Amino acid sequence: MSTAAPTAPAVVARTGGRVTQANVVRSEWTKLWSLRSTRWSLAVAVVAMIGLAVGISAVQMSRWASTSAQDKAVYDSIDVGVGGYHLAQLAIGVLGVLAISGEYATGMIRSSFMAVPKRLPVLWAKLAVYCSVVFALMLVATFVAFFATQAIVAGHHVQHGIGDPHALRAVVGTALFLTVLGALGLGLGALVRNTAGGIAAFVGLLFVLPGITALLPHSTADAVNPYLPLNAGFTITTSTFEDSHHLSTFGGFAVFCAYTLIVIVVASVRLVRRDA
Amino acid sequence: MIEIEHVTKRYGEKVAVDDLSFVVRPGIVTGFLGPNGAGKSTTMRMILGLDEPTTGTVRVNGRAYRDLEAPLHEIGAMLEARAIHTGRSAFHHLLAMAQTHGIGRARVDEVIDLVGLGSVARKRAGGFSMGMGQRLGIASALLADPRTVILDEPVNGLDPEGILWIRNLLKRLAAEGRTVFLSSHLMSEMALTAEHLIIVGRGRLIADTTVEEVVAQASADGVVRVRSPAAASLRDTLVGQAGVTVASPERDLLEVRGVAAGRIGELAALQGVALYELTPVRASLEDAYMRLTGDAVEYRTGERPATAVDARVEVAA
Repeated sequence: MSTAAPTAPAVVARTGGRVTQANVVRSEWTKLWSLRSTRWSLAVAVVAMIGLAVGISAVQMSRWASTSAQDKAVYDSIDVGVGGYHLAQLAIGVLGVLAISGEYATGMIRSSFMAVPKRLPVLWAKLAVYCSVVFALMLVATFVAFFATQAIVAGHHVQHGIGDPHALRAVVGTALFLTVLGALGLGLGALVRNTAGGIAAFVGLLFVLPGITALLPHSTADAVNPYLPLNAGFTITTSTFEDSHHLSTFGGFAVFCAYTLIVIVVASVRLVRRDA
Repeated sequence: MIEIEHVTKRYGEKVAVDDLSFVVRPGIVTGFLGPNGAGKSTTMRMILGLDEPTTGTVRVNGRAYRDLEAPLHEIGAMLEARAIHTGRSAFHHLLAMAQTHGIGRARVDEVIDLVGLGSVARKRAGGFSMGMGQRLGIASALLADPRTVILDEPVNGLDPEGILWIRNLLKRLAAEGRTVFLSSHLMSEMALTAEHLIIVGRGRLIADTTVEEVVAQASADGVVRVRSPAAASLRDTLVGQAGVTVASPERDLLEVRGVAAGRIGELAALQGVALYELTPVRASLEDAYMRLTGDAVEYRTGERPATAVDARVEVAA
């Protein structure tokens, strides 16, 4: 039995203040970097960005003499330079899903929401931290990949400078595309609240959907394909999609951003309303 | 102060909490008692803003938990279910929690020392034993030095050393004048620490009372144990008294109900019967609790839950 008299509490909060968005961002920064999966996934993304471009360029240049004139004509060292995103996007998207689904899986979400009961600041902070990290890292990685690629292909005089048409836009665009893709993964994770489900939704939306539209009649598929998330998003990463099968460079990216925004809005509504 | 007013929580068809009302008063240890599935954890989750009541209101220090500007300073909680990312170290878990409230690293190190996790603070929490996980949960709860501490089944699954540690901690928290709201399905744990009791069963309030009252009520129809070489003749005398029942589990032993120990002594003296033992058996809390919740146990084996016969704590009055 307690012998404490029910008097005014002797204890007073000694340190700290209120919950602010800036405080929650600091907390999410700590959360992101204190997990091994973050370091691994981001390392994979960086290695993919640079390694894929360098590797493919090196192989292509070693066989340049035996490459057909037709292949040489369509060769584009900008696309090769930024092409590592085809692999990096999987790591970035999956890590985005994990950034929140991992909290549901382990119960950490309860601690997060006990500390920040309004909940939305947690989602905003996660998005801000993850998107900043992905953009910074992928921008550097894409620049490195681009310049490394140009250096490798320079011997055959098919290199591009960063000042050439589309080059800078493709490099920065690739980093932007991966950033929004990361936000989409995070949004799906928040929406589905489950790692397996979130990854399935991510893969389904981006990589399985195109396979399904391929089953449709050509005219329908041609009408639908440009609006598929990945086809729309890719427009900003490449120098060569200037045909009728794709949306315009920034139009396509805007569509991709819109999908991401819709997912995040729906997720945020659910986040506030549902029991954690 | 935690105020629960006519709170009902439904999960689909299932009613987890049914029109529950009670108040957790400041500065004392309040026990929240009930069988498994009585709605204790659900109630705690509603206090902490994790689950929304279907109807009714929950207020913490006069406000909804969601409206608190610095919730961790007002309530520190450890839920029964783990609420820690298994891939993160104890230190980083606590640091991330602290940062939401602008609490510095020094306090993180302080609570780590407080719960004795210093040597493993940098290891992944996923590898922690039950006891270590519980200590980390306590550290999270105390991180912002809250005036109110909520602990859901804190001794569940702990070894004796861990149980002792929790008990001492609870005593210290109470001595510091904190409000402690503690759930358990073990009455014996409550008897050691709680002053006030909220007892629930099947989501409904069964009793809102003090530990002393529960014991007093249970003792009202208490048993007096009488050992005598002339048990048989004493028995005949006692059975003649109005409202008295006597059981005789052994040849020289009587268990008498409905008459005070003093009166039995007088009767024995009048008869000239020697008494070897005359003990009012105070009902254990466990007994009282079983009686209160007997009808409200949700998951039950074929027989009634064992009453105190095998687990009785006898306290001479």
